[in-house]
Amino acid sequence: MNNIRKNRVKDQAFKYWGIACTFLGLVLLSVFIGSIIVDGVQRIDWDFITSLPSRKAERAGIFTALMGSIWILIFTTIIALPIGIAAAIYLEEYAKKSKLASLLEVNISNLAGVPSIIYGLLGLEVFVRILQMGASVIAGSFTLALLILPIVIVSTRESIKAVPKSIRDASFALGASKWQTVSQQLLPASFGGILTGIILALSRAVGETAPLIVIGALAYVPFAPASPMDEFSVLPIQIFNWISRPQHGFETNAAAAIIILLLITFVMNGIAVYFRNRWQSKLK
Amino acid sequence: MKEKKDTIDKSLKRKHKIQTKGVKVFYDDFMAIKGIDMNIRANKITAFIGPSGCGKSTFLRLFNRMNDYIEGFRMEGEILIDGENINKKKINVEQLRKQVGMVFQKPNPFPKSIYENVAYGLKIQGIKDKSFLKDKVEDSLKQVGLWNEVKDDINKSALALSGGQQQRLCIARTLAVEPSIILMDEPTSALDPISTAKIEELIYELKEKYTIVIVTHNMQQAGRISDYTAFFYMGDLIEYDKSKKLFTNPEKQQTENYITGRFG
Amino acid sequence: MPRIIPLDHMRKLKETVIERGLQASALVTIAVTVGIILVLSFEAILFFREVSIIDFFTDTQWTPLYTDKNFGIITLLSGTLLTSFIAIIFAVPIGLSISIYISEYAPRSFRKTIKPALELLAAVPTVVYGFFALTVVTPFLQTFIPGLAGFNSLSAGLVMGIMIIPFVSSLSEDALHAVPNSLREAAYGMGSTKLQNAFRVLVPAASSGIVVSIILAISRAIGETMIVAIAAGQQPRLTFDPTVPVETITAFIVQVSLGDVQHGTLEYRTIFAAGITLFIFTFLLNTISYKIRKKFREKYE
Repeated sequence: MNNIRKNRVKDQAFKYWGIACTFLGLVLLSVFIGSIIVDGVQRIDWDFITSLPSRKAERAGIFTALMGSIWILIFTTIIALPIGIAAAIYLEEYAKKSKLASLLEVNISNLAGVPSIIYGLLGLEVFVRILQMGASVIAGSFTLALLILPIVIVSTRESIKAVPKSIRDASFALGASKWQTVSQQLLPASFGGILTGIILALSRAVGETAPLIVIGALAYVPFAPASPMDEFSVLPIQIFNWISRPQHGFETNAAAAIIILLLITFVMNGIAVYFRNRWQSKLK
Repeated sequence: MKEKKDTIDKSLKRKHKIQTKGVKVFYDDFMAIKGIDMNIRANKITAFIGPSGCGKSTFLRLFNRMNDYIEGFRMEGEILIDGENINKKKINVEQLRKQVGMVFQKPNPFPKSIYENVAYGLKIQGIKDKSFLKDKVEDSLKQVGLWNEVKDDINKSALALSGGQQQRLCIARTLAVEPSIILMDEPTSALDPISTAKIEELIYELKEKYTIVIVTHNMQQAGRISDYTAFFYMGDLIEYDKSKKLFTNPEKQQTENYITGRFG
Repeated sequence: MPRIIPLDHMRKLKETVIERGLQASALVTIAVTVGIILVLSFEAILFFREVSIIDFFTDTQWTPLYTDKNFGIITLLSGTLLTSFIAIIFAVPIGLSISIYISEYAPRSFRKTIKPALELLAAVPTVVYGFFALTVVTPFLQTFIPGLAGFNSLSAGLVMGIMIIPFVSSLSEDALHAVPNSLREAAYGMGSTKLQNAFRVLVPAASSGIVVSIILAISRAIGETMIVAIAAGQQPRLTFDPTVPVETITAFIVQVSLGDVQHGTLEYRTIFAAGITLFIFTFLLNTISYKIRKKFREKYE
């Protein structure tokens, strides 16, 4: 009898421990975001967003970094999207169970686990140096595109896989070729899921710092990029740079810039979740 | 039109729309079809019956080569449609499937509008003429008796239709590409009795223009609508005869056991 | 009646061209791996022409940017392992508890809302976590660990732990969720509590999935850069004292990259030598986890 009661108590205790653990990370994150908002929100105004960088903390703004992030985001999408979706279609619909397919599969799973800084080293040697792109927007975009490629491929495959087999059957039975089936049935039906995966991958790209530092992106760039061959900075590098400075004013700047970066990240994640939910309910 | 063009030679072929010669099917090492010779007659309804796993669906799916996508699938023997070997290397599978339509067990409309569902088969052939497509869609929907029910909602999602309507839509979609053969893989097994009755009626009307092969679990259904019935068991064709004969006076003991419900 | 016309060559050709194009895109991923290996080994070989590989593994100092150069990778490795160890020690028990709670105790609807919320923890950019560690966690810890330096592996490790919690909890939860219900019911039928059931039946049954989640979390921690570069310091030191500044492999690469390093110099090659060390470690971990996952998937299918 006693033993049973003891087990009951343990059971209840674990339940509360589980709840505590579940909320621990979220509570810490909220505390942190709260403290950043307290630190940084009064620093955010139109000037902060439209000002060029400066050595004086109170005059410095994030304009060049923000523009850099947008440029990088656009070109990363342009490069990663077609390759990632095409690779996913190949793996899911064409290459089933061949030797090449299983090699590709191991390889992609491995690439997904390669630290981002290693992609920086690859980009530094191949894009910056061998292909002579310099520390430009385009070199940075290629580097990040390769970094998010495995994520795009995996999520696109999942979305295509979620389309019921009966749709494929129906399309083939009407005399459609493989590509017609893929382009006119599978891709439209999995569009919502693919979109979700891509937005999540891009939200990862927008927060990446290390690989861009390695390829030589600068903390101080006097002007926003005007072409893909220009040098650039991005928001996370700007933040990193401000964190590394001793003067207190820059810490406030960093907090303010973090608010903007988090806003971008969370909005992208929110949009992604919205598309996923809408798509999932539509597929059923 | 068709009748006028017929020569004696063609009429012979037309009589036997589909011929199979020594057809065997393997999944890896497992033999699923054990050598079947069969002639299926044109403009008749032929029903395939037999217990689950007897190979009747596999056999049906050979006629439009839908088994090609299955892992480990291998076939021996010959299948002729209108005298042409459909497994020859030079055969255009897409073209074959336009001639040999298929309706599946569960209604599987595309997640698109009713119009897009019916027009799809034509559009992938490269037909872009809007008025032609519109007429064809209307015509096909009329053939399955769906036109009056959906004509105002033609651009609404096909998924909003009831199960029976969806299945009739799937038949209309198949008719739109003008096949000469329609394969049906238990087309009413997911439907309620009223919808089933409507589909059966439709199938009966369709045989004037099409050769129909239907797999069914439902022996009453086979008896009601088919001209010929084939009984399959363990990958073999046990008996194949006029439905009336097979259901009233079967030659083989196994057939009798099955139709009287002693097994299966 | 239209006959079954023979092959339409144009159409066949189009299909083949498309398939080749798709295949080429998939092969880009192979090119990336080959590229990484070639680039890292090429520069690393040049590095080892100048630096003895024995010194690289046995020297206990790392001072490539000074005039008196030492190249003891162990020094950086100790920083990497120390911060990762702290992160794992923190994240694994919590992540596992979360996974057991969500899969066995919490109501279904809770699972649906909490999972994306937890994944948000992994979506926060790491530079932000670095700021968190440096400006919030370290000052907080200093109030009761008086000797704690401004840069230290403890707070960097703990914050990294927060970041990898969802890696552990999400994959482990999937593994627990995949355990057949019959196993659960059998154990409940014998009168065990949820807790006993979880630890004696479900965790062992889901062990391979849980191991995979832990390995991936370790791999993630080893490769993490910005948190340690910001909060753990940039002083290579062979130590297991969590209160003093250290430097990890990744932080070293960042430190060198921030300066103006010319291609072809020894400094430039140093980051590739450090990089290949990091790559080999994570590659091994990822391969092991892939193998386990594959076996695990076969078991349940």
